Amino acid sequence: MYDIIAQHPLSAALVTLVGLSIIFGAILGFAAIKFKVEGDPIVEQIDRLLPQTQCGQCGYPGCKPYAQAIADGDPINKCPPGGQTTINAIADLLDVEAPTLDAEHGEESDTKTIAYIREDECIGCTKCIQACPVDAILGAAKLMHTVIVSECTGCDLCVEPCPVDCIDMLPVDKGLADWKWELPPTAEQQIQVIQPSDIIASDHANQQDNNDADNSGEKAA
Amino acid sequence: MQDFAVILISTILVNNFVLVQFLGLCPFMGVSSKLETAIGMGGATTFVLTLAAMSSYMVNSWILVPLNLEYLKTISFILVIAVVVQFTKMFIEKSSPLLYRVLGVFLPLITTNCAVLGVALQNTAKAHTLAESTLYGFGAALGFSLVLILFAAMRERLSVADVPKPFKGAAIGMITAGLMSLAFMGFSGLV
Repeated sequence: MYDIIAQHPLSAALVTLVGLSIIFGAILGFAAIKFKVEGDPIVEQIDRLLPQTQCGQCGYPGCKPYAQAIADGDPINKCPPGGQTTINAIADLLDVEAPTLDAEHGEESDTKTIAYIREDECIGCTKCIQACPVDAILGAAKLMHTVIVSECTGCDLCVEPCPVDCIDMLPVDKGLADWKWELPPTAEQQIQVIQPSDIIASDHANQQDNNDADNSGEKAA
Repeated sequence: MQDFAVILISTILVNNFVLVQFLGLCPFMGVSSKLETAIGMGGATTFVLTLAAMSSYMVNSWILVPLNLEYLKTISFILVIAVVVQFTKMFIEKSSPLLYRVLGVFLPLITTNCAVLGVALQNTAKAHTLAESTLYGFGAALGFSLVLILFAAMRERLSVADVPKPFKGAAIGMITAGLMSLAFMGFSGLV
C-alpha cells in the first residue's frame, strides 16, 4: 500500500491530506452529536435570576426574552422589579461589573404595590385584561373587572390602557406572611462618627509644631 | 525517567514558551486581566496542547514520514490543531457554559496560539518519541498556565495600584511581562 502511493508523490500528498480531513471530519461530526447543547443553558440561568413578573419594563415581552437578550449582550440594568439585587446577581453570574439600575426603564420602589380597580367606575372594556402579562385580571366584556391580588405582580402595565382611569396602584397591606419586628438600631448606627475636620484647630496646630520640631532635630543631627 | 523530569523542568521553567521563547503572547496579554479567566484559559490550553502534541506526532511519524511527505508537516499540524481546538470548544460548551462564555473568542483563538504549533514543530525537530512529545506538550502547557496565572494575579493587583498615568493599563502590563521574562531567564543553566 505504502509503496504504491509513495511512487506517485503528488497523489500521495493529495490522498494523505484528503484522508486526514475525512478522518478529522468524522471525529468532529461525532463530537457534534455527542456534545450537542440543547438551547442555551446560560439563558436558563439568567431567567432563573429575573423576578418573573413578566412586566415588560425592560422593553422585551417578558423575562425569558430579556434573559435571551442579556445572553446576546444587552445591558443587565433594565429590570426595575428585580432592582439592584438582581443586577448584582446577574453581574456575578456573567462575571461582569454590576451597573446601577437604568432610570429610563423605571425606578426601584421600596413598597410593593398591586393594581386595584375601582369597580363602580369600570365600564368592562377588557383592555386591561389584554395588557396584563400574568392574567391577574378577571372579567368579561361589558362586565365589571377585578384584580386577583395573589396573582398581581405590580407591573402597572394595566394602568396605561384603561380608558376611564379607574385603576390605582395601591401599596399591599402587610399580612402575617411578611410582617416582622422592627430591629432596634445597632450600636454602630448610634455612634456619632467624628470627622478629622471636627477636631479643634489648636490640636492640629500643636501636632504641626511637634512635627516641625522633630524635623529640625533630624536636620541638626 | 530522569529524561522525563528534565523535559518537564526544561519546558516549564528554563525554556518557558511564553517568557523565554516568546510564543503564545496573544492569550498571555489578552486573557490575563482576571485570575479566574486565566485559570480557565490555562486549563483549556493544557488540554489542547497535550492532545495536539500527541496527535501531531502520530500524524507525522505514522503517516508523513513513511510516505516521504515531511514537507506537508506544517499544513497537517495546523489541521490537527484546528480539529483539537474545535473538539475542545464543543466539549467546554457542553460541560461548562459559563467558562465557554467567559473565554469567548479566545477559545477558538487557541488555534492561532503559536505555542501549539511551535510545540508540534519542535517535537519533530528534536526527534522526540511519542511519550516524550506528549510530555513536551504537557510541560509547555503547564509552563504557559503557570506564567499566565502568575501574570493575571499581578495584573489584578496592578489594576488597583497607584500607577503613574502614562503607564496605566496595557503599558504597565508590558513592563511587567518584560520583568517576568527577565526573571525567567534566570532559570537558564538549571538543566
